[in-house]
Amino acid sequence: MALTEDDVRHVAKLSALECSDEEIPALRATLAEILDYVHRLASVNTEGIEPTSHVHGVVNAFRDDIIKDSLPLEEVAGNAPDFAAGSFRVPRII
Amino acid sequence: MERLISLSVSEMRNGLLQKDFSAVELTQAHLQRIRKTNEEFNSFISICEDAALAQAAAAETVLAAEQGASPALTGIPVAIKDLLLTKGIETTCASKILTGFIPPYDCTAVAKLKEAGAVIIGKTNLDEFAMGSSNEYSAYGPVRNPWNKSCVPGGSSGGSAVAVCLGQSPLSLGTDTGGSIRQPASLTGVCGMKPTYGRVSRYGAVAYASSLDQIGGFARSIEDLALLIRTISGKDPNDSTSMEVDVPDYLAEVRTASKTQLQGLRIGVPKEYFIPGMQEEVEKSCLASLDVFRHLGAEIVEISLPHTEYALAAYYIITPAEASSNLARYDGVRYGFRSQDHDSLAEMFERTRAQGFGAEVKRRIMIGSYVLSAGYYDAYYLKAQQVRTLIINDFKQAFANHCDVILTPVSPTTAFKIGEKADSPLTMYLADIFTVPINLAGLPGLSLPCGLDSAGLPVGIQLVGPPFAEPRLFIAAAAFAREVAFDSRKMALS
Amino acid sequence: MEKYEAVIGLEVHAQLLTDSKIFATSSTAAGKEPNTLTDPVTLGLPGCLPVLNKRAVDFAIKLGLATNCEIQRVSVFARKHYFYPDLPKGYQISQYDKPLCTRGGIDIRVGGQKKHIGITRIHLEEDAGKNIHSDAAAVSLVDLNRAGVPLVEIVSEPDMRTAQEAGAYMRQLRQILRYLGICDGNMEEGSLRCDANVSVRPAGEAKLGTKVEIKNLNSFRFVEKALDYEISRQTALLDQAKEIVQETRLWDDQKGATRSMRSKEYAEDYRYFPDPDLLPLVVGHDWVEKTREGLPELPHQVFLRFKQMYGLDDYYAELLTEEKITAHYYDQAVAIHHSPASIANWITTELFGRLNKEGLDMSRCPVSPENLAALVTLIDEDVISGKIAKTVFDEMFQTGASPKAIVEARKLKQISDPAVIIELIDEIIKNNPKQVEEYRQGKTKMLGFFVGQVMKETEGKANPALVNSLLEERLKGPVAKYSPCCE
Repeated sequence: MALTEDDVRHVAKLSALECSDEEIPALRATLAEILDYVHRLASVNTEGIEPTSHVHGVVNAFRDDIIKDSLPLEEVAGNAPDFAAGSFRVPRII
Repeated sequence: MERLISLSVSEMRNGLLQKDFSAVELTQAHLQRIRKTNEEFNSFISICEDAALAQAAAAETVLAAEQGASPALTGIPVAIKDLLLTKGIETTCASKILTGFIPPYDCTAVAKLKEAGAVIIGKTNLDEFAMGSSNEYSAYGPVRNPWNKSCVPGGSSGGSAVAVCLGQSPLSLGTDTGGSIRQPASLTGVCGMKPTYGRVSRYGAVAYASSLDQIGGFARSIEDLALLIRTISGKDPNDSTSMEVDVPDYLAEVRTASKTQLQGLRIGVPKEYFIPGMQEEVEKSCLASLDVFRHLGAEIVEISLPHTEYALAAYYIITPAEASSNLARYDGVRYGFRSQDHDSLAEMFERTRAQGFGAEVKRRIMIGSYVLSAGYYDAYYLKAQQVRTLIINDFKQAFANHCDVILTPVSPTTAFKIGEKADSPLTMYLADIFTVPINLAGLPGLSLPCGLDSAGLPVGIQLVGPPFAEPRLFIAAAAFAREVAFDSRKMALS
Repeated sequence: MEKYEAVIGLEVHAQLLTDSKIFATSSTAAGKEPNTLTDPVTLGLPGCLPVLNKRAVDFAIKLGLATNCEIQRVSVFARKHYFYPDLPKGYQISQYDKPLCTRGGIDIRVGGQKKHIGITRIHLEEDAGKNIHSDAAAVSLVDLNRAGVPLVEIVSEPDMRTAQEAGAYMRQLRQILRYLGICDGNMEEGSLRCDANVSVRPAGEAKLGTKVEIKNLNSFRFVEKALDYEISRQTALLDQAKEIVQETRLWDDQKGATRSMRSKEYAEDYRYFPDPDLLPLVVGHDWVEKTREGLPELPHQVFLRFKQMYGLDDYYAELLTEEKITAHYYDQAVAIHHSPASIANWITTELFGRLNKEGLDMSRCPVSPENLAALVTLIDEDVISGKIAKTVFDEMFQTGASPKAIVEARKLKQISDPAVIIELIDEIIKNNPKQVEEYRQGKTKMLGFFVGQVMKETEGKANPALVNSLLEERLKGPVAKYSPCCE
């Protein structure tokens, strides 16, 4: 499954990363090299093997339904690139 | 001043308690060292001069009042990898995308250090978002290796390793997802530990790959490292994956360990970790260190971890997948950098991320998006998580049937030249080949120096234990260090 | 038989009534100033981690049991990725291939017929924030107060065939959610939301037609109107042999039509994977059984009980069980005075009528069930007439006073003393000789006139039955002096 330049464009879109046409060929080559390398897993027999998502196999961590203080609005606003009317401002959503 | 910065933490503690010097003097000595050396080595992104001196002054009050009963790190400087959130202090992750981000909360590990009286001296350089093995992928420029300035210090926690090596700080925190503490520790000749997954809370550590990330630290001695790791360990209600397991007093265990403690300790040496292409001197140093352990009474057994050859591939599927998800939040809406050059929301997102992230981070995000996308999930991500199970089982087998501790090289080579691997991601990835399996299995790993190669660059060995066997690793490492007496300090600078 | 058949499935989102968010500690309160209910987790700050609110799980288990679902022993939270300003982490934490509840269903009643609607799954997830679009400036404003509020998503089987059935299913779900006390069911405020999938196929055809999704239906009326519209739109297209496009549409209530939603900027590929920050959720047998024991009586159970215990018909049983608080009110009133039919009638006519007029709901009802029961008792014991009772009820509604106190204070007690009434009657007969004559000549309709006169004299307090019988007797022959001792 060779990685195509269109695949790269698609993946860039999925990742919300702008990617110019000039960047695509080199990026494709690098990504393809990495994917080729990791594809060696295909040769491992994993039939009936459970996937691991937590190494220690633990389950159930909860918190009680208790409200704690909200962040002060100044701290919310302080880090925002564009903040007005108590809200984060972004280019208009169509 | 030079005298103060080359002391061990226990010596600093004694000096403070006996009033040989004050906490402020101790902090000043380290700040001075940073000022003198940072331009050359670039190990710090921010230096917290005023806050550190204020903390040191507060420490003096505590020391005067409580003396020997004061918390163990009162007045001791600690440097923090700039991936860990520090309330009120800019946290950059060495990325342009977090420019200007001032966290409103402290990382749990940092909070624990503060509670223990430590002085936060500054934020150290790293590979952007901890993605790298050389500390070259930083928006703030590369970090240089004190043993040879044209070499890399390793990464991603390169700044934290160098800080300890250079005497900029006696202790530092790092994070380790695939070797990011152990490999730079090895390349700079200091001690470093990645604790068991779940031992230290990840709350406030900026996520790279959540199922592997773990906070740990660096020190110039095993005793100092034991104290540091103990201070930051423990269950945290804010991190569901942190584990409810008692934290022993690692330092006390190391100190009370008898000389014959290693008698009968079975050290497993996995044959798969001695591969063609690794630097001959690294292999030789490792084998020589086995003799030291034998001399200390340990039994060396050859073991097999048959799925080792697949670990790196599994790692480079799982980590980019999780990274692509963890880094989706950097969109220019709530914090950090936003591109001003856009005509629409979509352009704002795409340009902010394209301009804000460095090339390696973007590559990993794209690999991650790819392996999780429709049609590829089973072949890549699911498969990698299954292989991960096989790798975990390899270690379980080894510890259940053959050995108590596993010993391997940390890195296939000593420090390489700046620029040598930076343009070839895959070559760079291979630098982690001996460290990533330990993260995949969530095990504790300790890196300690065992000698120098012919170029005068440090070589390290890695000790690996079963989950939560940190004390065993500290005891074995301390016994080895007493025998080998490697001096981690690079005080005289060329 | 109809030429076409519609196939409808609903995806319903319900906000859970926890105090704090599903994975974070800020409040879930509605109507606060923008971005004042946030915390590091809600803002998706770097380094923060989600921790699951146990109460949200309890609520979802309750709903699963109430809708006859299987509670899965192991369920898993997954990340669903897309970029949107109101989605702080760039992913929503949801459940994907391992939801908490599966394979349930509920019965609905439409046109007197019972029908089973299957529920495919119910899972837990977090809500997004809100984007406010400004027409004036080229900006949108993002408020994250709602981000992280716990939701359950309830996915039905495509078992509905008409808009009416879909409406009935939605109402039934809302009723269950409210009985369980886990969601306020307020569609206008968005705490209950609905997306509908609808396709049309020729009757008898097994294969499904092309599916259209209608998003954000925020009232029962919209659900029904949008589906009716969409079914006729698709039917018309089929009739003209035109293609139905698989797409997402929105209901435009002003135009009374659905319209196509502009296709998304980003390809839909959510890249789900298990969230490594959260542990698998394991709900053991004990947890399920303990929750089952704590379940309240559910609407359909109360409905059946009202019919059996109180002999109500479907109409009254349905009205009285629509809201848990009404059913409880009814139970309380009937327990005090066992007159189920009369109390049912009073609640559904007088009480509902007044509440409706004042724009109140049952939770703010000024008449206590004790007082309503007392009122019906006064009627049943002939202390007041039904007509006077309405006057008394009026005052009860306004003041919350007890009917006894009102009756006494305003001297509304019924006059049931024959001597008093006869005296009045005789006086009226004497004063209206013309009308008496007419009556006696066979114009019996005139009786109404005399009843009216008595009621007028007694301000309506005379016992109507007694007035009738005494009038008939006194009007028969020449007036004689009435003497009770002769009886």
